[in-house]
Amino acid sequence: MEQVAHRKHPNYIGVFIGLAVLTGVELTVAFLPWSKRTLILLLIFLAVWKAVMVALYFMHLKFESNRLRILAIAPLPLAVIMVTAVITEYVW
Amino acid sequence: MAHAMTHASVMEPSPEAEPGAGVYNEKLGMWIFLLSEIMFFTALIGSYIILRFAHPEAWAAPGKVLNIPVTAVNTFLLICSSVSMVKAYASIADGNQKMLRLWLVLTVLMGATFVGIQAYEYYHLIEKAFVPSAGLYGSTFYTMTGFHGFHVTMGVICMSFVTWKAFRGRYTAADHRGVEVIGLYWHFVDLVWIILFTIVYLI
Repeated sequence: MEQVAHRKHPNYIGVFIGLAVLTGVELTVAFLPWSKRTLILLLIFLAVWKAVMVALYFMHLKFESNRLRILAIAPLPLAVIMVTAVITEYVW
Repeated sequence: MAHAMTHASVMEPSPEAEPGAGVYNEKLGMWIFLLSEIMFFTALIGSYIILRFAHPEAWAAPGKVLNIPVTAVNTFLLICSSVSMVKAYASIADGNQKMLRLWLVLTVLMGATFVGIQAYEYYHLIEKAFVPSAGLYGSTFYTMTGFHGFHVTMGVICMSFVTWKAFRGRYTAADHRGVEVIGLYWHFVDLVWIILFTIVYLI
């Protein structure tokens, strides 16, 4: 019989409730009669918030070593630069 | 003799060798794979933004063509499957084989249901003549959701294999690398869908 000391895990159900609530907020916000620009900014903010929660708690990045965290976020600046460059092409 | 000892000491790994990012090889390999996936989906999203900004008239308002309620249910399902996946990981980390199997089976079922609902969505869209060749809206929609659906399908297949191994008692509290590595992939697929759902369906 395997004897294992129970570890303390993050509150996964709490994170799940947070994700469910944010999804509900997204669905409400998407149909509000606000300007398109405000809606886009708000919806992207909510999506990024949810994605960060998944990465930090479900993928355990919050509890990993600094070296792995740096490795994981390494391509993000490139992704942001690419998307920003593409958007600015049409803004200016 | 002296020559043999010198040769042996060269062959031995250096005790001060750096352990990479401080994680075991399979996990490091999965993270590197996921980094390449980030760039893959960024390229898709970047292309989508270019096309959408250049031809805004080609896109319908949110909910006009795409079925948002059905997709919202699917999104919720994928989030639930992420929770069941992480609960499977927590169960085996605590040495609980029974709960590991239960959570894994639930994750596989929810993943398969997600793919089924996506197929149902495609079927009804095609019935309404919303096909990949219908224009920019159709081609970008099917490319982005199709690639994601392919990733979910691969995840379900790999997770079925992990579940089969779990039923054979291959994972323990001391060694459950397979569960953790497939979990990383699964959460990444969920994370990508969170972004795609907003960009493709809500904006």
